[in-house]
Amino acid sequence: MNHSVSITVNGVSHRDEVEPRLLLVHYVRETLGLTGTKVGCDTGQCGACTVLMDGQAVKACMVLAVQADGSQLTTIEGLAENGKLHPLQEAFWEKHGLQCGYCTPGMILTACHLLERNPNPTEAQIRHGLEGNLCRCTGYQNIVAAVKEAGKRMRA
Amino acid sequence: MAARIFGSGIKRREDPRLLTGQAKYTDDLALPRMAHLAVVRSPYAHAKIKSIRTKKASQMLGVLGVFTGKDMVEAGFRPIPCAWVVPNSETKTPPYPPIATDVVRYVGNAVAIVVGTDRYRARDAADAVEVDYEPLSVVVDAFKATQEGAPQLHADVPKNICFHWKVSGGDVEAAFKSADVVVKERIVNQRLIPNAMEPRAALAQYAPATGKVTLWATTQNPHIARFLLSLDTGTPEHKIRVIAPEVGGGFGSKIPHYPEDSMVIFAAKRLNVPVKWTETRSENYRGTIHGRDHLQEVELAAKKDGKIVGLRGKVWANLGAYLSTASTGIPTILHGLMLSGVYDIANIHEDVWGVFTNTTPVDAYRGAGRPEATFLVERLVDMLAAKLKRDPAELRKKNFIPPFEDGHTVATGIVYDTGNYAGAFEKALKIADYTGLRKKQAEKRNKEEYLGIGISTYAEICGLGPSQVAGAVGFGGGLWESAIVRFHPSGKVQVFVGISPHGQGEETTFAQIVASELGVSVDDVEILHGDTDQTPMGWGTYGSRSTAVGSGALMGAIGKIKEKAKTLTAHLLEAAAEDIDYADGKFFVRGSPEKAKTIQDMALMANVAWNMPKDLEPGLEASAFFDPPNFVYPFGAHIAVVAVDAETGEVRLERYIAVDDCGKVINPMIVEGQIHGGIVQGIGQALWERAVYDESGQLLTGSMTDYAVPKADFFPNFELAMTETPTKVNPLGVKGIGETGTIASTPAVYNAVLDALSPLGVKTIDMPLTPERVWRAIREARR
Amino acid sequence: MYPAEFEYFRVKTLAEAAQLLRKHKGSHLLAGGHSLLPAMKLRVSQPKSLIDIGGLRGLSGIQAKGKTLVVGAMTTHAAVASSPIVAKSCPLLAETASQIGDIQVRNRGTIGGSLAHADPAADYPTAILALNATIVVRSAKGERKIPAERFFLDLFTTALKPGEILTSVVVPAYAKRTGGAYVKHRHPASSYAVVGVAALVELSDGVCKRVSLAVGGAGATPVRASEAEATLAGRKPDAESLEAAGAKAASAVADPLSDTYASGEYRLHLATVLAKRALTQAVARAKG
Repeated sequence: MNHSVSITVNGVSHRDEVEPRLLLVHYVRETLGLTGTKVGCDTGQCGACTVLMDGQAVKACMVLAVQADGSQLTTIEGLAENGKLHPLQEAFWEKHGLQCGYCTPGMILTACHLLERNPNPTEAQIRHGLEGNLCRCTGYQNIVAAVKEAGKRMRA
Repeated sequence: MAARIFGSGIKRREDPRLLTGQAKYTDDLALPRMAHLAVVRSPYAHAKIKSIRTKKASQMLGVLGVFTGKDMVEAGFRPIPCAWVVPNSETKTPPYPPIATDVVRYVGNAVAIVVGTDRYRARDAADAVEVDYEPLSVVVDAFKATQEGAPQLHADVPKNICFHWKVSGGDVEAAFKSADVVVKERIVNQRLIPNAMEPRAALAQYAPATGKVTLWATTQNPHIARFLLSLDTGTPEHKIRVIAPEVGGGFGSKIPHYPEDSMVIFAAKRLNVPVKWTETRSENYRGTIHGRDHLQEVELAAKKDGKIVGLRGKVWANLGAYLSTASTGIPTILHGLMLSGVYDIANIHEDVWGVFTNTTPVDAYRGAGRPEATFLVERLVDMLAAKLKRDPAELRKKNFIPPFEDGHTVATGIVYDTGNYAGAFEKALKIADYTGLRKKQAEKRNKEEYLGIGISTYAEICGLGPSQVAGAVGFGGGLWESAIVRFHPSGKVQVFVGISPHGQGEETTFAQIVASELGVSVDDVEILHGDTDQTPMGWGTYGSRSTAVGSGALMGAIGKIKEKAKTLTAHLLEAAAEDIDYADGKFFVRGSPEKAKTIQDMALMANVAWNMPKDLEPGLEASAFFDPPNFVYPFGAHIAVVAVDAETGEVRLERYIAVDDCGKVINPMIVEGQIHGGIVQGIGQALWERAVYDESGQLLTGSMTDYAVPKADFFPNFELAMTETPTKVNPLGVKGIGETGTIASTPAVYNAVLDALSPLGVKTIDMPLTPERVWRAIREARR
Repeated sequence: MYPAEFEYFRVKTLAEAAQLLRKHKGSHLLAGGHSLLPAMKLRVSQPKSLIDIGGLRGLSGIQAKGKTLVVGAMTTHAAVASSPIVAKSCPLLAETASQIGDIQVRNRGTIGGSLAHADPAADYPTAILALNATIVVRSAKGERKIPAERFFLDLFTTALKPGEILTSVVVPAYAKRTGGAYVKHRHPASSYAVVGVAALVELSDGVCKRVSLAVGGAGATPVRASEAEATLAGRKPDAESLEAAGAKAASAVADPLSDTYASGEYRLHLATVLAKRALTQAVARAKG
């Protein structure tokens, strides 16, 4: 039996009928067509599916769409405002914090969560904070530099 | 042009779409009426298929069809071709059906497919397909598979030996006889799972009226995919369009033509709807190729003064259950020919047996054969140093091939292009403060603290490659590259290339080349790739070839553009073509630069063709193909510093220094990124990664919960530096850099850990150096 | 990747949840979902119905109550890790929570879910055992209090009876001059505890008045290392006595677990090393 869910995504409110087993990540990607959020694994390690749910970074593959009823989501598509990139997006661009780009949306949203709570993190804190986000391309160094740089800009 | 664009770390053109979620990867694509394909896979590593019952599944909600291997055979689909058969090695090429019909040979082998209206329902129905298996005995170890009593996987492949390949140079028997000292080692270069972050996917659409098949797929080489699909799907090549949309990493694992590519085309044709398949990570671990998996018995012979006189070895290379697209070339050509490393070793011999086992097929994975060579060489050199009680840095210096600019032939017969191994090494030693590190190490040893310093000096073979050599070594295609440079009337440029980057940055670096050579703004150049209907034939992105070979084609096309522009300028300025000079995007009569024509002027004039010289065609477009005369050989020296917790066996990376030489550098930021990423993957092999099968062929490291893909907090910042020794193999003097980090870092870290533990008497540990393995080695040595 | 079908109920009260649990055979509570959903996605778990208690009021939150902390079952790991109340009264609990999984997992995983699931490689059960906490459960029959030492029975098996719902965990606040530490060997892939040791030491006149040491990850359930505790209790904590206590930590683990990453033998060894380190840290903090 389908259930009705009301979820606001990037400021737009939606109401849809979904199967209870529909994962939030599939709701976002397929029901809403917001494909920026990615699926990278099936056991919850990779973090490519990370979105902000009521301001907190969560793995959308580990949440059922029905559990997100009534919540506010931010996906990568919702970060830039009126075409102006978020400081994290700018910093990732400047510091070459991405190569294939697949882990990038999830990485940026976790970094968002991190910086909003710890605006001036050390490198160790950034590396530790990104434990739930795997990247196979960059070797992380430029990602860490990007997060540090974004923190600086967000504090300015 | 004001700022120098070639050599500048400008921001990537690729990034805006990737950063904002606008980029479309294969699974992001949706077509009207699109259906989803789920694969039923064997839970047994080796079994006869007795029966397959599909009725229940076919009646489930949303199911459009359930098909078996037989259905695909009847529809004219043939086994997956192996595109590399190394000559003089008695290679056997047993068939690889896209869906097994009689026998399954590895856990994950497809036995049926279900197509449903959504992916959840397709999976439900796939779970309802009933297959009766008669299990057969299983072998997962390559050496064991060649022994008496092991089950034979393929009818015409006795002892499961797919090939026996040899490489020989000099007189290794004599060398070993004359040696004062020999060091021997048994090395397991363990099986790895590539783990590109994007799982594989394929979306096929068929248009019956035109007979055209369009396949969007996570491929590193759309043209190769098209070619191979024309051989096994019954669709002629000009009716296949392969598009690589955004691809989320490959590392070699997206080179092969996989069964699922055929499956979606079959289903799309049969059902007349677009059909998409996307693997789950668990499927990826079983159905996407694995890397490495060598058992090596190797030895190094030297004189007592430390001069290496010979190297020989035996390798059993596990190929998995079937031959993947390039499987046979990896442990042979790309491995054995590099056994000289950076050293002057006159006598080399290696025997390599490629062996089938009931495991996932093995093919190219970042480094592809070279990590397996560099590791054994660097390990043997360190062992030699220990045996001779000599400093491993000094021993290496003694044996380096001296600097060369015009080729150096090694014992295995290949010709390195340019090299200055001592130069890179000295730089690394200086940055590391090697003497200071040894002092610190000694101080710590007095306090029973274990600091280790590991060295890895490497050269590797990439920039694949000269097509004649490709043919000679049995590769089923060419390895040249292509580029079309097209100036539009308004002066903007589009470049169409045969390479297919997926994170390596050529949309940026190739624009930098065009900008630098023709004086256009980097923002006025667009590089297009990945669509076989749009781009010229090419061989894709792998083997660190895109820049080394692709730039040759680009420069060829640019050269033709320049020539044409000069000719047109001469005509318009009423001068002789040989009196026309070019500088910074302007063409002018020598001595009168103030009366210049810009390249944009020429683009317009050529396109409107109002006033063309006789014999000059309209348009300002040129195409070129570049077949490199040789591979390229980047090199370098890495030094790893580790601290070992002797109580728990944990290894902490303290410092990592990398000095690399990839010839000319187009974009240093992109080069560094490739090195960072490569280093992390190589250290992954040294310390954490290993694909583990149990005796029944079950993959025990079956998900990311068990297989440790390295995380951000495992590493310090790496200290990078470069030397620049251009190659003469291509016009720009560029080598490859995509795989060097992985090739160098595994032995650097391994050697560091063994160096840390040497006072405790530890001589060897099998990779990965997990805490338990290190702890056990310490305990054993103490007994 | 795709869970099998199930019926779904989102409840507003505990009573509703208990009633549905009773009514629907093969039903399961859904809290944070970070243990249940992975199992369902791999289809190793296929409950017929899920009862989502995510919206239940009053089940989350941390309150100081006299000499105890009452932590609501639905309190997330992130909330415990960052709570000033927990930091003040029982830092061991916060330290443990902060080491669970990663940021995203900590934003969804709950203490109730973790304890009820009783994964041998989980972190909370070890700390709860060392802290002598009490687990409060509710059913149609009323409320029941289960001491931690009687809660974990076996791999993924607790003393929870069918129809019982874990509602809160009551944790004693630190006594004066108490220090605690949770030290864990993290699995490089899953981040779970290959071995995790929770230590609590109360000092008095330079001597260990009370020692509590729990070892998790090594066996089917976390265990109190009573031999190790006895070795240190009443003694002055120095390098020798701490080493001696650590050496006894493994004896509490009867049947060590073994997997591709770590053998039982290595786990026992780790237990001794991590116990020594956890006790050393706990002592330093007690003195601090």
